[in-house]
Amino acid sequence: MAASSPIRLSAQQACVRFGRLEALGPIDLQVQAGECVVLLGPSGCGKSTLLAALAGLQGVASGSVQADTADGADVPGVVFQEPNLMNWATTEDNVALPLALSGVEKAERLGRAQAALARVGLANFASAYPRTLSGGMRMRAALARALVNDPSALLLDEPFAAIDELGRRALDDLVLEAKRDRQLAVLFVTHSVDEAVYLADRILVLSPRPGRIIAEIVVPAVPRDPAFLTSAAFAEAAAAARRVLSAQRVAA
Amino acid sequence: MKNIDFAPVLAGLVLLAVWEGLTRLLQVPPVILPPPSAIGTALVERGPLLLPAAGVTMGLALTALAISIGLGTLVALIFARIPFLERSFGPYALVLQATPIVAIAPLVIIWTGIENPRRAILILAVIVAVFPVLTSALAGLKAVDPGLDRLFRLHKATSAQRFLRLELPTAAPFLLAGMKTAAGLSLVGVVVAEFVAGTGATGGLSWRLVEAGNRLETATMFAALFLLALMGLALHAILSLIERHVRT
Repeated sequence: MAASSPIRLSAQQACVRFGRLEALGPIDLQVQAGECVVLLGPSGCGKSTLLAALAGLQGVASGSVQADTADGADVPGVVFQEPNLMNWATTEDNVALPLALSGVEKAERLGRAQAALARVGLANFASAYPRTLSGGMRMRAALARALVNDPSALLLDEPFAAIDELGRRALDDLVLEAKRDRQLAVLFVTHSVDEAVYLADRILVLSPRPGRIIAEIVVPAVPRDPAFLTSAAFAEAAAAARRVLSAQRVAA
Repeated sequence: MKNIDFAPVLAGLVLLAVWEGLTRLLQVPPVILPPPSAIGTALVERGPLLLPAAGVTMGLALTALAISIGLGTLVALIFARIPFLERSFGPYALVLQATPIVAIAPLVIIWTGIENPRRAILILAVIVAVFPVLTSALAGLKAVDPGLDRLFRLHKATSAQRFLRLELPTAAPFLLAGMKTAAGLSLVGVVVAEFVAGTGATGGLSWRLVEAGNRLETATMFAALFLLALMGLALHAILSLIERHVRT
């Protein structure tokens, strides 16, 4: 990671409250272009809330959050826990939705949707309806939709939790590929330590509510392939993450 | 449509045969219950009188249905956007729905004037038919998937985009079910209103029915009833076709 890479996602002393409940923060966070930061933490710690704040879907009570929109799309790409596909529209039309909403004309948006589908391996399913796709394929379509308008940042909120192990690895690889090829800043929320280590350049461990960053684990920049999963570097990073997480449980 | 079930056709033929046989065997006076053959004859003989009347009634029912669909959807949209209005006026809408239409009819006829029976009939039929459209459209508009809602907010969709690309497609199956109910009710509304208006000025089928009743032409009454039932079935079939088309 070159230190000079531009910062795409950032939070400064960001706090979120729901009524009287302090849900999150204060959080300081920076994600550079071409970097994948994984948020790991107990459920209810505000991981998803932080993501929603960065996506502009959730206001902050104090501090600030920023998603860089210097070039490309005016909103970051977001993949939620569910694929959230419109079941009355074809895969192609689903993927093209962000373009349609920003007023891109039909021929161009279908071309770009086609390209986005090809990149996630769904080139032959453009005219299929979501109900005919498997769970993994629906998530691929959701990923294609998040990338279709060339965002500079990608936010993922426990997206592949319901997918089987192998399908999940394939989806993780698609995320890593998109990060590398487009210099995306990726912020990935998960509760799976293994997935976190596999994806992350840095893992940020959050405390229970109100979530604060309590540890940063830097994962060595080695190629992410099946060999990495059985390497000492992988085991070491995973062990470090688990130590922080279980120390929290004892404290709580 | 390829696999037609012959069971109901067969059952119908058997019932008609039993009807025909019994009325002849027991020598039931045709004024009380004419045999199917006499009804068939009446249908052919009175056809030139009944068919145009059926056309008038069907036209009124379709017009009432169209108005109900437009009005019901519009009000549902307003209610969905401004929940305060729904909370305020929803209960009164229910009162209007719960009041028997026959009881409202004389009042509406006074308001529209006895010389405008067509207008009175349309208003009454719309009052009956608009509610299933309104309630189903409202349910449909509220059925928007929260995940998709969030996605549309993320991409800063305009109100019009939200309606056309999210709310309308979500509500469509609900709306169609409501329209199917409304189709039947609009026909009921027109027939009841024609009865209550008590004038042949519009020349609808129910007026012919009353007329035939006054003349004790029971077979003609059955013929008119047969046509009314056919019209109801036709309306239902048309909407079922649309529904199947939308679902796929």
